[in-house]
Amino acid sequence: MPAPIRLRELIRTIRTARTQAEEREMIQKECAAIRSSFREEDNTYRCRNVAKLLYMHMLGYPAHFGQLECLKLIASQKFTDKRIGYLGAMLLLDERQDVHLLMTNCIKNDLNHSTQYVQGLALCTLGCMGSSEMCRDLAGEVEKLLKTSNSYLRKKAALCAVHVIRKVPELMEMFLPATKNLLSEKNHGVLHTSVVLLTEMCERSPDMLAHFRKLVPQLVRILKNLIMSGYSPEHDVSGISDPFLQVRILRLLRILGKNDDDSSEAMNDILAQVATNTETSKNVGNAILYETVLTIMDIKSESGLRVLAINILGRFLLNNDKNIRYVALTSLLKTVQTDHNAVQRHRSTIVDCLKDLDVSIKRRAMELSFALVNGNNIRGMMKELLYFLDSCDPEFKADCASGVFLAAEKYAPSKRWHIDTIMRVLTTAGSYVRDDSVPNLIQLITNSVEMHAYTVQRLYKALLDDISQQPLVQVASWCIGEYGDLLVSGQCEEEEPIQVTEDEVLDVLEGLLVSNLSTPVTRGYSLTAIMKLSTRFSSVNRIKKVVSIYGSSIDVELQQRAVEYNALFKKYDHMRSALLERMPIMEKTASNGPTEIVQTNGETDPSVVETKHPPPVTQSTNQATDLLDLLGGNDMVPVIQTSVPTKPASAGGELLDLLGDLSLSGGPAPTPAPSVPTSQPPFLLDGLSSQPLFNDIAAAGIPPMTAYNKNGLKIDFTFERANPNPNIAVITINASNSTEADMTDFVFQAAVPKTFQLQLLSPSSNVVPALNQGTVTQVIRVLNPQKQQLRMRIKLTYTHRASSIQDLAEVNNFPPQSWQ
Amino acid sequence: MQFMLLFSRQGKLRLQKWYVPLSDKEKKKITRELVQTVLARKPKMCSFLEWRDLKIVYKRYASLYFCCATEGQDNELITLEIIHRYVELLDKYFGSVCELDIIFNFEKAYFILDEFLLGGEAQETSKKNVLKAIEQADLLQENEMGLFYALLAAVSTLN
Repeated sequence: MPAPIRLRELIRTIRTARTQAEEREMIQKECAAIRSSFREEDNTYRCRNVAKLLYMHMLGYPAHFGQLECLKLIASQKFTDKRIGYLGAMLLLDERQDVHLLMTNCIKNDLNHSTQYVQGLALCTLGCMGSSEMCRDLAGEVEKLLKTSNSYLRKKAALCAVHVIRKVPELMEMFLPATKNLLSEKNHGVLHTSVVLLTEMCERSPDMLAHFRKLVPQLVRILKNLIMSGYSPEHDVSGISDPFLQVRILRLLRILGKNDDDSSEAMNDILAQVATNTETSKNVGNAILYETVLTIMDIKSESGLRVLAINILGRFLLNNDKNIRYVALTSLLKTVQTDHNAVQRHRSTIVDCLKDLDVSIKRRAMELSFALVNGNNIRGMMKELLYFLDSCDPEFKADCASGVFLAAEKYAPSKRWHIDTIMRVLTTAGSYVRDDSVPNLIQLITNSVEMHAYTVQRLYKALLDDISQQPLVQVASWCIGEYGDLLVSGQCEEEEPIQVTEDEVLDVLEGLLVSNLSTPVTRGYSLTAIMKLSTRFSSVNRIKKVVSIYGSSIDVELQQRAVEYNALFKKYDHMRSALLERMPIMEKTASNGPTEIVQTNGETDPSVVETKHPPPVTQSTNQATDLLDLLGGNDMVPVIQTSVPTKPASAGGELLDLLGDLSLSGGPAPTPAPSVPTSQPPFLLDGLSSQPLFNDIAAAGIPPMTAYNKNGLKIDFTFERANPNPNIAVITINASNSTEADMTDFVFQAAVPKTFQLQLLSPSSNVVPALNQGTVTQVIRVLNPQKQQLRMRIKLTYTHRASSIQDLAEVNNFPPQSWQ
Repeated sequence: MQFMLLFSRQGKLRLQKWYVPLSDKEKKKITRELVQTVLARKPKMCSFLEWRDLKIVYKRYASLYFCCATEGQDNELITLEIIHRYVELLDKYFGSVCELDIIFNFEKAYFILDEFLLGGEAQETSKKNVLKAIEQADLLQENEMGLFYALLAAVSTLN
């Protein structure tokens, strides 16, 4: 068999491949050759083959069949073989597979080999990927090598010990005796690795930490020598002697000096020395200064030293090198809590960093800026932060917005400023604001009583501009609902009042209801707002109309609200004004920040009603309480308690009585005939008047169906069961129009066989917009007491492209579940 | 240090050293995502980025990116120095090192790394000592190979 090709040649060949497929082919061919070579147990070329396999593995191809070969190489006598074998083990084997345990014996032998380079290979492999089992077996050998006089091996053994301790912490004690004179070494390699070992032990065990505190003077001495000694070519980096060792010593000192006065005192001088003498023109020097600053801040250093440290960080902030600025901002963030005043001095530089191009720096600067905001600098800082909010990347906006709200809440110099700031955030970053901000903001606005007119005016103007940002729209519609009367009466003191009519306001709110940009939650807000205006505006009829239309909305939430509001108009009109009264000031019990704002009850509206507490008797008549829940705000702040000490006015008293009446009567329909347009016998009304409506929705699992699809007009039926009466099927039709012209004057009619009864509620509109831009919905209720197969004949009339169209169709494909 | 990756501007991996145990699949995933993230960075940005719960320190030398993943307490600036030291070692060893050297002699790049770092920490802070150790090990290897080829020659002449 010819000798397998050399490694370099293979690499060269593979690199000539022009496509991925070509490369794959070459690799497969070579893998096949290697596999057969392995099968033949060819010792001579095993090393070469494994090396080639490692190359192909790096390219991303599978190489697991080489694992055992690596083990054979490790077991070989030749250094060349071992070198590649150990490399292969580190690349191909991992501790999850049992195969790796086969290495243990080889490593043990090699740890005792006569050639130090072989021993080195073994130590390296064990220290990189040794599993806990291997570490347990071989810890003794490592410990032995830790005590050898051969510095080449000693330094490796130290790092290997670090790995053993990380894998099997219980073995830490075993290495303790060997650490005794580690620091008296002259060899920098051993010193460095010893410091790493000591650091690891101190971090893991408070006992070790206490034990090693006595090394502080020795460490200080070593550090001093490094700084003071002249030029040492071997360890010099840009004029600094062994910066790696310096940094590690400083880190160990940090751990030893933390919470310990004596140790901290012993290192004060050297820290000051390093801080002042280190050359800062290159990265190396700054690396050492950085570590020094971290140490100074963590130990119990004297205040002069701390100020020195912060000033170093301040200088870092002005450095041209981005990395240094980043590191400075990170450290300042850590120290801002403890040394607040010192960091404040650098505030302007920090704020400048907000404009940096680098994302990491911007984020750090933003966090730090928020930490530095206080009562004195709030106006200036907020200006900068709002400017930042305008121009920053979307990933920052949510955090920045939340930060602004928090800061504004804590330090707002005036109510007006506060509201303006909130407005600014909502209009610039409205879509990024967190969901819980909406209830918090609403509460804030409610509690700023004297600003109500100003707030609602500004929010209204913002809505006119842009309705796409949901949090803004939600807050605005809530406010308009509450304070719409102030808006229309033009009472604003803070700024020029605008002239707004009731109809214009209702236009805007209705616009929100139909807009595609509004989420279901937003629609809920606007419908409720419209309803509330019925007690504040005079155009009640218009409101009644809107509310009744939405009684057949396909959005169940909207439908429920609309129907209940409708009932409020029809049956409980005397309660309406009481229910829809102004909100009282809310006491904030759940705070979203470190401070809690407790508002005392200022002036309230005269007849505040205790509508928040549902009547103690909760019966089957949930309708009234549903209303209360809605107005009490299931989308409001989590805890609302009225802190109203005033007695409920007489209206409230009546309310409670009425609720008492309602709850007592319970059961099916109260006797006054409901005014829902129908001439059907009573049993159909059961579902309407006294029971919660339509709460058993498509969860019943009846699949929807297409009833009609012709000439671009498609009518889908979706089904629900009306809860109290299983003989009633509630069908919602959705008419959509895929042609390019609208279908106007659309009328849907239906007829059913004699054994059924049909009720058709009013449609959402009579225009089916073109190109499926919207649908007309309408609700049909079918009573099917005999459980016969449902059939329906439908008649459609509409105007399309200036011609009047009429069509009749039979609908027979009702799913069985709809009538069984 | 948890791992070090070397990759080209096109995202091809040239060296991968892992100091934490992970499955092959996880390593591939991390490599792919991290390479993408680093390559997307603009030239003027700083050398540090937060990725998952790690601090990534990277630096580009000619056509190669050197990328290290460090943990909480590690000093980022000194990690940059570690990267630089490794490049210097490669440079001294290969004589004005370029990406091709590392492609064709990847195993040597690993050997040098393993004489400089062990378990993610520096084991030798003197450039001279690292290079000396590599030199000696290479010599050992050469002597063995010399013997091997002499033997091969002897055997073939016998046949």
